[in-house]
Amino acid sequence: MDAIFLQVLNGLDKGGAYALIALGLTLVFGTLGVVNFAHGALFMLGAFCAVTLNNVFNISYERISETEKDFLGNPLKEQVPILQDWVGPDVAAFLIDWSVPLSIILAVIAMAIIGVAMERGLIKHFYKRPHADQILVTFGLAIVLQEIIRHYFGANPIPQPAPDAFSGAANVGALVGLGSNVIYPWWRLVYFLFSAMVIFGVFAFLRFTTFGMVVRAGMQDRETVGLLGINIERRFTIVFGLAAVVAGMAGAMYTPILPPDYHMGMNFLVLSFVVVVVGGMGSLEGAVLAGFLLGILQSFASMTEVKAILPGIDQIIIYLVAVIVLLTLPRGLMGRRGIAED
Amino acid sequence: MLRTLSRSDWLLMAIFTAIVVTLPWTMQPIGAAYPDLLQKFAIYGIFAIGFNILFGLTGYLSFGHAAFLGVGSYAAVWSFKLLTMNVLPALAFSVLIAGVFAFLIGYVSLRRSGIYFSILTLAFAQMSYNLAYSVLTPITNGETGLQTRAIRQSAEISLRDGDIRIIDQALGIQEFGVPITNLFGMKMSGYPGFYFCAVMLIVCFFVALCISRSNFGMMLKAIKSNQNRLNYTGIHTRPYLIAAFVISGMYAGLAGSLLAITDPIAGAERMQWTASGEVVLMTILGGVGTLVGPVLGAGLIKYAEQKVSSWNEGILNSAFSFLPDGAQAFFVELFSFFVGEGWHLTLGFMFMVIVIFLPGGLMEGFRRIGRAFNRARRSEGGRTTVAANTPAQERG
Repeated sequence: MDAIFLQVLNGLDKGGAYALIALGLTLVFGTLGVVNFAHGALFMLGAFCAVTLNNVFNISYERISETEKDFLGNPLKEQVPILQDWVGPDVAAFLIDWSVPLSIILAVIAMAIIGVAMERGLIKHFYKRPHADQILVTFGLAIVLQEIIRHYFGANPIPQPAPDAFSGAANVGALVGLGSNVIYPWWRLVYFLFSAMVIFGVFAFLRFTTFGMVVRAGMQDRETVGLLGINIERRFTIVFGLAAVVAGMAGAMYTPILPPDYHMGMNFLVLSFVVVVVGGMGSLEGAVLAGFLLGILQSFASMTEVKAILPGIDQIIIYLVAVIVLLTLPRGLMGRRGIAED
Repeated sequence: MLRTLSRSDWLLMAIFTAIVVTLPWTMQPIGAAYPDLLQKFAIYGIFAIGFNILFGLTGYLSFGHAAFLGVGSYAAVWSFKLLTMNVLPALAFSVLIAGVFAFLIGYVSLRRSGIYFSILTLAFAQMSYNLAYSVLTPITNGETGLQTRAIRQSAEISLRDGDIRIIDQALGIQEFGVPITNLFGMKMSGYPGFYFCAVMLIVCFFVALCISRSNFGMMLKAIKSNQNRLNYTGIHTRPYLIAAFVISGMYAGLAGSLLAITDPIAGAERMQWTASGEVVLMTILGGVGTLVGPVLGAGLIKYAEQKVSSWNEGILNSAFSFLPDGAQAFFVELFSFFVGEGWHLTLGFMFMVIVIFLPGGLMEGFRRIGRAFNRARRSEGGRTTVAANTPAQERG
């Protein structure tokens, strides 16, 4: 029981990331009808927002220390973050410690700009082109984005610490009354809660606002919405920006779990596409459900007991599920009729 | 089948052969006339021709073709390890294995079309890639890569670290040092290796030409233009699609085995999806659905890869030395993004530019130039040549 509970927990944070990326992919696909292979790169850019913010907070100058001395009694040099002189040592330490959660703000702003620019500058021209062209051009864009990141940040993963308050592990078992064997890192719980909140927010936005209503109508029938005199194109831009922001936030918050490097986007993208397909192209609920489901399945498949029976199953489980689902349920778990059935 | 080829097809074939055979001389001025690179031209040309049989003729975009390339490489190296260093069994073995593998994957993937097909093939390729790195390590030797070794001295050494080469042993062929691939004694490295690949390329090109002119090829093109209509007329399209998929997988397997022949080591990174993306780019760059385009695209990409990734700031500095100092520094800074390590950035930009501005690839570009040229001539009062030229152009 403990082991099962732990595996479910293990799957939740990864599932959260899959669900967030897949949500954006589905949103873009459902409204704009564009298959965006650069969505993983947006996730990666979000992660590097966190890295950037941390780097900015840590910009330092060198000065001679007043207290520290080496063994000869000469004063040592020390690195002082500029931030410290501006806001005082306590606030500076707090900001540096909380740089990852704070980077969400940066990620939202940066990704909104990037997303809108991308839609206006590139994606807009591909609405009428075949899916193959969309795949290819966004694939090219993904390569460009990740190479630019590599140029500035190098090829190695850059670890980002979680805030001290969340850096330990939680005794989740004791919390839910399952004994004390279920130990789980705090940050992963935070990530799961965060992703649940974002997903809830996006759904509420689409469900309860006029804008969301128009977007949902656009997902059903783009032409009719246009005929009603609604400027659907401008809303599409905003939807694309929203998807970019969601991916960016997901990436920024994921950095303490997985040190970001320039090709993390690609790795997540392939999996997220599989998630979208399993959930059903164009179904937001399906994307979220499949995201968590596949995340949990993957963590179960990586248990030693399972691997002893089926070696290597953890590597391929997601793809295997995708193949089976696609062959048995052609529209995915919750796909709707009429979406991408060419 | 040969009767279906028109005179212009034979002419195309002759010109193609002549160009391929003379590559070591014609490539001299642009500094590409060394065997390693020429071999790559030929090998990736074959890969792209094969990919084009699927994507160009039927319109099914496979994002997992590199899996067949990898499988072909592994099969070839195993043939070197178990049977003989002669390349012919390796070729046959790889093509066969890749064909079987393609049949299995194609049988499942081709149940769906459009994006779903792309994602299914991608999923299968990633699955193969992940398996090659993990469970299948006894066959693939994991990250180290599978390579040929000396003959093993005792049965305790695993087959990965010591070869047996049954046929070579039975024939009593002596080996000294590192075993080298050969064709009945002729070493398959350097120019002989290139010519072997070139012959393969020409044969493959010829087969592709025959396919595209045959009834089978017409059927594939019909699938691309309107599959529903074919279904309504009572034609079952799946066997044709599977055949096209298997043929294109066999081409990839052949290319993979040639990679192993010219350099007998096989690694799983050949199966990664970036490798699949590369062959898509080659085909797109040259021109989807044309015969010559994919070969042209493959050559260009491999050439650019070799050149651009070898440039560095020193070369850039000397290239821009004619500019004033400030401008020179600026341009060197700007272009240093794109060269050396930044080769992939160049690749990504090329990808985007081609898809955005020239979806038909270079062949489309040539055709447009030709058409503009014709129009200019016609408006000058010349004879109408467009009508006569168009059918032939569509064929090329």
